[in-house]
Amino acid sequence: MIERDKILGALSGVRDPELDEPVTDLGFVSHLEIEGDDVSIRLRLPTYFCAPNFAYLMVADAREAVLSVPGVRRARVVLDDHYASGEINGGVNEEHGFDGAFSGETEGPDLEGLRTIFRRKSFVSRQEQLCRALLAEGRSPLELAAMRLGEMPPSQDLDKYLERRRELGLDVSESAPLVVDPDGNRVPEDAVVQHLRFAKTLRVSIEGNAELCRGLLETRYGGERGVGERPEREEVTA
Amino acid sequence: MYEKDGEKYFVVDGHVHYWDASPENTTNKYGEGFIRCFYDYHKNLSPEEYLWSLDKYRKYSEEDMMHDLFEIGYVDVAIFQSTYLKDFYNDGFNTTARNAILKEKYPDKFILNGQFEPRLGEAGLEEFERKHEKYGFTGIKLYTAEWHEDSKGWKLDDYWSIKHLEKCVELGVKNIHVHKGPTIWPLNRDSFDVADVDEAASSFPELNFIVEHVGLPRLEDFCWIGTQEPNVYGGLAVAMPFIYAKPRYFAQVIGELLYWLGEDRILFASDYAIWQPKWLVEMFVDFEYPEDAEFDDYAEITPDIKRKILGLNAAKLYDIEVPEELQLVTADQGTGFDVEEKPATDR
Repeated sequence: MIERDKILGALSGVRDPELDEPVTDLGFVSHLEIEGDDVSIRLRLPTYFCAPNFAYLMVADAREAVLSVPGVRRARVVLDDHYASGEINGGVNEEHGFDGAFSGETEGPDLEGLRTIFRRKSFVSRQEQLCRALLAEGRSPLELAAMRLGEMPPSQDLDKYLERRRELGLDVSESAPLVVDPDGNRVPEDAVVQHLRFAKTLRVSIEGNAELCRGLLETRYGGERGVGERPEREEVTA
Repeated sequence: MYEKDGEKYFVVDGHVHYWDASPENTTNKYGEGFIRCFYDYHKNLSPEEYLWSLDKYRKYSEEDMMHDLFEIGYVDVAIFQSTYLKDFYNDGFNTTARNAILKEKYPDKFILNGQFEPRLGEAGLEEFERKHEKYGFTGIKLYTAEWHEDSKGWKLDDYWSIKHLEKCVELGVKNIHVHKGPTIWPLNRDSFDVADVDEAASSFPELNFIVEHVGLPRLEDFCWIGTQEPNVYGGLAVAMPFIYAKPRYFAQVIGELLYWLGEDRILFASDYAIWQPKWLVEMFVDFEYPEDAEFDDYAEITPDIKRKILGLNAAKLYDIEVPEELQLVTADQGTGFDVEEKPATDR
């Protein structure tokens, strides 16, 4: 018997590439059904016109995540209420790839380039969150420039930051510098303030988009909660 | 004009529509999806007392528009940003021709912006010139995610886009409003990417590029090009209504924009009829940053900075005459990033 929690656990590893949050937390998973070794998932998005490339990545990643759970033989993931639902669902479940699903509308290598751009953005944003907390504790930007990963106290934010670093193939050893650019180069002392200033704009952008998308999803589906959706941040801190 | 606590504000609404998404004008499921998506934006971010029924929202009257903008909305001049969507709506969503109905009736209240379609090539240029002759606009609105036959979008640095921008220079159409959307060719790239605006802005220093929705959802990329190109502006449509529903986020966005672009390159807009100027203007004039560390590196937004954003910046771009009593009270505050000294670091 495949446990629901195992599937939800696997799905929580699937992120919206733009919003840098799990699809479960965002409320994008609307149905989960398990019949024997068959798993069916339904996904929903904040708008009918959400960008089809990101939508495709989430549907494809969700299917792969479900298939990675031991015991699952078949997985079907369906995206509802989207202008390109037909192309996306067909492309993912019949394994045609994005190029195959949108034949003639793409150019160059599938979606990996797009994914990399957003992994880099997520990485910079997570780094800024971590550094912002250190600055609030009284560290100076110069000190940050000299810090190494091994000096960081354990925290959830650190774990997320290290995960994003790993995804980009960057050094996560204890002796590696804390503040590096998305290519892994240490940010020099005289550039660290500017680096973090840009990083802040990026973080504001990602967090704001996530807020907007949560709001639109809630409006679109009348507040009906998703499967495995966590309460909103405001409610958690209240 | 809006007045509060002895301060007066000239108001230019930089982005309004007179659209028709009635069932009779809706061509297909895409048009249906589009207006419902717009309606969710309206429902999600408006105060309750300003909510409309979907029915009214699909097609509102001239009286509604004149009342909401000019009778109660404090707007002195509003700018029509034509949005065609001819593949979604039989007669288009709000074409230059439809907006012109109101422009002709109330010539002092509206500025009418046109549009071009680069994918029509040579024929597009001729059509653009013909429309310009007819309407005499000095600005245009471009929606790069617009569908056209098999195409799902285009870029500002495409060959025929450049030809059309050259035509803009020739005709004296100097204000280019750009709106990014979710689709574009090739579909596997980031369609919201504003790199092509950067290209166009450096190639055409004599034109002003007003990036609608301040580049959202790519605020960071937009702020970056704002530090690089002095002729890039940010239109606040869609960013404004957060002031009510998500005030902390609004504060961050406006803080970032002022930090990178400065007070001279940000333009107020309601995106009517998605939102109404009345409550946006009232809340913006009352706006202050929340008092916590997140907002420490932002300078205070003075009444003069608000005056610029609400109307004076747009008045400058469109040569709108502003009465003496509504001009700035003090000299330039000198906020924002000095574009002459571009940041040295590689991002």
